[in-house]
Parts: sequence; C-alpha cells; structure tokens
Amino acid sequence: MPVIEYIEAIRTAMKEEMERDPSVFVLGEDIGLKGGVFGTTKGLQQQFGEDRALDTPLAESAIAGVAIGAAMAGMKPIAEMQYSDFMFPATNQIISEAAKIRYRSNNDWDCPVVIRAPIGGGIFGGLYHSQCPESVFFGTPGLKIVAPSTAYDAKGLLKAAIRDPDPVIFFENKKCYRLITDEVPEDDYVVPIGKSKVMREGSDITVIGYSMPLHFAMQAAEELSREEGVEAHILDLRTLQPLDREGILEAAAKTGKVLIVHEDNKTGGVGAEVSAIIAEELLYDLDAPIRRLCAPDVPAMPINPPGEKHFLLNKDKLKAAMLELARY
Amino acid sequence: MPKQIVEIIMPQLAESLVNATIDRWLKQPGDMVDMYEPICELITDKVNAELPSTARGKLVKILAGAGELVDVGTPIALVETEGAASPAAEMPTAPAEPMPASEPVNRPAAVQASPAAAFDPDAPMRARYSPAVQKLAADNGVDLSRIAGSGMGGRITRKDVLDAVTAGNRGNAFSAAAPAAPVEAMARMPEPPRIPIVEVDEGQAAPGSREYAIDVTPIRNTIAKNMRQSVNEIPHAWTMVEVDLTNLVELRNRLKDGFKKQEGINLTFMPFLLKAVVGAIKEYPLMNSVWAVDKIIVKRDINLSLAVGTEDSVLTPVIRNADQKTITGLAHEIHELARKTREGKLKLSDMQGGTFTVNNTGTFGSVLSYPIINYPQAAILTFEAIVKRPVVIGDMLGIRSMVNLCLSFDHRILDGIICGRFHQKVKEILEGFGPDTKLY
Repeated sequence: MPVIEYIEAIRTAMKEEMERDPSVFVLGEDIGLKGGVFGTTKGLQQQFGEDRALDTPLAESAIAGVAIGAAMAGMKPIAEMQYSDFMFPATNQIISEAAKIRYRSNNDWDCPVVIRAPIGGGIFGGLYHSQCPESVFFGTPGLKIVAPSTAYDAKGLLKAAIRDPDPVIFFENKKCYRLITDEVPEDDYVVPIGKSKVMREGSDITVIGYSMPLHFAMQAAEELSREEGVEAHILDLRTLQPLDREGILEAAAKTGKVLIVHEDNKTGGVGAEVSAIIAEELLYDLDAPIRRLCAPDVPAMPINPPGEKHFLLNKDKLKAAMLELARY
Repeated sequence: MPKQIVEIIMPQLAESLVNATIDRWLKQPGDMVDMYEPICELITDKVNAELPSTARGKLVKILAGAGELVDVGTPIALVETEGAASPAAEMPTAPAEPMPASEPVNRPAAVQASPAAAFDPDAPMRARYSPAVQKLAADNGVDLSRIAGSGMGGRITRKDVLDAVTAGNRGNAFSAAAPAAPVEAMARMPEPPRIPIVEVDEGQAAPGSREYAIDVTPIRNTIAKNMRQSVNEIPHAWTMVEVDLTNLVELRNRLKDGFKKQEGINLTFMPFLLKAVVGAIKEYPLMNSVWAVDKIIVKRDINLSLAVGTEDSVLTPVIRNADQKTITGLAHEIHELARKTREGKLKLSDMQGGTFTVNNTGTFGSVLSYPIINYPQAAILTFEAIVKRPVVIGDMLGIRSMVNLCLSFDHRILDGIICGRFHQKVKEILEGFGPDTKLY
C-alpha cells in the first residue's frame, strides 16, 4: 500500500470522485490554474477543464452561495475556502442556508455541498491564517463536520463527504498537509461519517481529540509507555458532527480518566461537548475530573515565534497533561 | 578521601514478599552505622525483622518513615560512606534488588520518596473516592480502607481497585502477594492512628453501641489468608488414633529432674512425639509432600513446623532436618522456638520450609481437634491432652495414660490406608518408648 501525504490523499479523493461522478466539481480562489495556494487542487483543471475546476473571485460568501445553489440544482460541488479564517463571510450561507434547506423544504430540496477549509497554526501564519473555526459551525443542526488526522481518513472521509446527500464541512489541517504521511489504499473506499477511531489501545488514560494534536498525543503516549509505563488509549473523533457518542463513551469508560485535546480554544470548543456527553452518561465510571488541553482563550494566534509556540499544543504539553492525569 | 552516598534498599525478605512496613528506626540521621548493624525494624505479613545495614558510614537521611509501607527495591535511607569503602559496601545491595520490573535504583532520592508517600493513610486524597472507585468497590465488595492508593496524594485509583479485585479473584485475597498490585492494607498495621481506628473511635463514641471493632494485625491477616486458602484448596480428611503413653509418662517422670539439671530446660512429651512423627514419615515419605496439580512433590528434608500459640496468634516456626536430631536435640529446638515466639524474635528463616506440622493442642486441654492443614503441606498432626483412663487390656481393666493423635490430611495426595499406616507407626513408636529409650 503506498504511503502518501495527507494533502495528496485529499487531492486523490477529489480527482477520483470527479472521475467517478461528472456532477462533482471544485471551486475556490486560485484553485484552478494555480492548483490552490497549498497545491491541493493541482492538476484538476488540466484534467477536468475550467468548468469543473472554477477559479472564483475573492468572495467567500459567493463561493459558498454558488456552491449551495449548484448543490440544490443537483450538482456535487466542493467549495474550497483558502484558509478557514476567510470562511466567516460565508457563515450566513452555510449556517442559515445550507444547513436548513432540507428541513425548511420538508425534504423537497437537499444540498449535497462539501466545504473544504484548512484549519490550524504552526506555519507562522499569524492571526488570519491559523484559526480553528470549528466551534463557530459546531452545534449547528443540519451540518456535518469532519476533521481527519491521517491521510487514510482524509481520503476516505472526503469521499464520504462528497457522496453525502447533505452539507459537510471538511476541516483539513494545513500543518498535516506534508507532515503527515501514512498508508492509503489506491482503490475506492470511504470512511463513514460519524464514526470515531481508536488510534492506540491503552488502559491508564483516555485521550480524545481530532486533527493535528492527536499526533502529539501519539508521540507523547509512546514516550510515556517507555518511560513511565503509562498506557494511553487514544480516540480520534474524525467526525465532529454528529459526534460518535458510543465511541466516546466506550473510550472514556475504558480508563475513567479522560483528557480532551484540540487546537481550537477551550471555551465553547468541541471538547466542551465531548466532556458534557461523558459527564451525562458516565459519572460512575469516572476516576478523575475530565480534563481539556486546548489553545488558550485569546483572540488569535500571535504573529511571533515564541507566541506561536506558547499558543500551540505540542508533544511536551500533551505529555505533561497525560502524565498528570495518569498519576491522579 | 571522597565521600559517597549509598542507598539502603528495602530487601526482599522472602520470596512472596513484595513490600514491608517500617516499624521503627533504630538509627537516626547523624548516627554512625556499621556494616550489618540493624538500622530499623520491619513488619511483614510473615514476621518482624531487623534490617541490617548494607553500608558502613553515617546515616544522612531517612527516606521512609515509621509506619510507611515500602516496596522491595525502594531506597529507604542514605548512608554516607568513605569513598574507598563504598564499592565493597555497595555490593551486598546488589542481590537485594531482584525485581526486574522495579524502577532503576539509582534514581534521585526525592523522586523515589514521592511514590512511597502515596501509601500514607493520612495523605490528603486518601479518603477521596471517585465515582468509578466507589462503584467498582461496591460491585466487587472491596473494602477501600484496605487498599493502598497509588494516585496523587495517596488517592485510590480505579486501577488500584481493579488490581485488588484481580488479586482477590486469584485467591490471594487483599494481600501483598500480587507484585503488580500494591494492595497492602495500611489498616493492618498495629500502630498509631490508622483509618480503621478512626472507625473504632466513632463506634466507642456513639453512646450505647453494643459492638466494637478490633484492628486486624498483619499476623492475623496472614493467618486468616492461610487458613482460608488451605480450607478452600485442600480437601481435608480426618482420622484419629488413641495411644497408650503410660510407659512414656513413667520414663519422663524418671528423667525429667536430671534432664532439667543437665540441659537447663524442661523435658516435655513433644520431643518424643516429634521423634515418632519423623520415624513414621521416614517410612511413609508421601506424608512429607506437596500437591502441585500435575504432580506430587515429595520433600526429602523433613522440616517439622511446630504450631506455637501466643495470646493473639499462632505461628508455625520450623525445626529443620528434624530427622537428624536426637530427642534432646529436638527438646532444645522446641524450647528455643517457643522462646523466640513468645519474645517476638522469630526470624523469617525460622518460619520457612516446613514440610509437616505438629500441633500440641493438649496444652490447652483439648482431647479432640480437627486441625486445618498448614498450607501447602500434606498433613497436620495434633497431640491432645494426656488423660488417665480405664482401658481394657487383654481381658482386664487397667488405668492407663492415654492420648489422642488427630490427623488432617490432603485427600488429593493421601488416602485412608497410608494415613492409617502412618498413624499406626507413630503410635507404635510412641508406645515403644520405655525404660531403655536413649535421649542422646
């Protein structure tokens, strides 16, 4: 099985879906001729032409609006937000339109749109190229949100998102693009939306998270296993909405000690909901207070190296938090 | 000459022991200690022992205080030695750390000290139970006051309870027998305020309470565990013979004053009984064996465990190679073990390796008893009270000194016939003691 980069997995998913289904097309800023600022859509315009790889004006509300309309008309658009930071002008289209179309039309209309948006920091992007806007869209019924951490899941989840009959936000982590490589099958497969995945089995503490910070958790877990004999159970949520309640509860009950990690800031983040689910269902299995390790509640990523380092999670921060919980 | 700091490590006092409680320190920081000089007293499930120093020098720091339960391999004190002496001084510590899973011994003392502190029953988180711990304890009937906490501030974690449950299911009860489970009960320590004592106080404080609680001491707990294990695992069978000791009583009456003068100790019936038991075991070696599921292990050494009662416990010190000793030799051994038991001076080595147990139940007036086998041995024999009774001999009545010998045996290993023969052999030897019997 070939080992490929996270970004290539995303590109491959789009390419294969466009080959499979002529109603699939991509649109966004610089995604055509340039192939995207990160190169995610490279080659698609050459292969599928300008009509299926559309360069758009710098107007996210338009990108989302056009995509939503096309979806309602029977197409399967993949709208790219160049950075998720730029996506807020499109929130009205996404939350008030895409999310509600099936509901308000009593099932007459649907909106099978995919909105791809790179999240996360660590590339020295500062305030407007590092944000994690999950919590803005999270908790909006009618939207599905996925956030893969591996190349395998990126390809499988993007295919599932494209084939899904309802709007799906695909939060890809830009730090993962070329950092994360893993085995990805060449054949067609989907990763089901709404299913979490156990990344590592352990019996001492449970780490629940999504996207990039899980890789820090995995590195920390290996070190803790070697140095302290602490075995971490690590759960990748993969889908943020709908959350895999069963998977979360099972992982939490396994150890009774839960640490939730994400790069989005702590207050009102996905971790708050995960924590609430566990608190609602698992009081008698808890052996320690539920902990969260997230970015601080500051307005945005600082634009200086020490500030960025302080803001972001890393292996050592994960390791310290995991060890503290294990010793509790 | 450069000085060096040597760690004194908690040694493995016996195979099954994974930890020991420090009873009291005999040396204080600043004191000079000699090689092999006792530095502290240890309490274990089995016995109390003094810990000899493994280094010569000045005791600079005590890492584990009195009352603390310390895992084998953990440093308990630091001794400052002269540099040159240290390699030799350190050597004895090497065999004392046989546990491969234990942490490297050369870790900084401060780091070592903190996990040990987790066993402090007065630790701040000691009585803070998480919902998971309470539920698991309730579901499995685990007494949380008997479990040590490995969590922060001495908190009992979910894992501690799970380990205790696992240890319990394996039949090890909640003892220190499972190396992975530090479930040693602080509650069983016979000294100052512990959690159960708090409960006692409450009970006494409540006016009109018609009951009170007694702390379970380590020895009591070990007795309880061994008795339960024996009864649970060994299918006991029981038999009894009557023995006519008239001749032996006469012999003893004749010799006892001279013996006392010569040997300085009383001549009792026990050495004669042991002699008889050893003789019978020689003839029926299967009595001296252990059940090992797929085989029976017969012990070549005859090491007799002697049940010795104290006010609040019963111990079984061992007479090694009892078959190689004369009646006088056995009398001295019995006297010595009884003295050590009364004075609390038994060493672990005095307690180990028994292969057959004899219990002199006659001392407390019993004429019939049903002993529980001293696990994992194959049998136990009691020597009941000698009483004068009318006995039919031939067609005549005689007044004879009679005694009952009761035998409980492991019916997996032994059957009625062999035990009957063994019993008869003991009887034959005992009844054969007479005027010609040599004590030396």
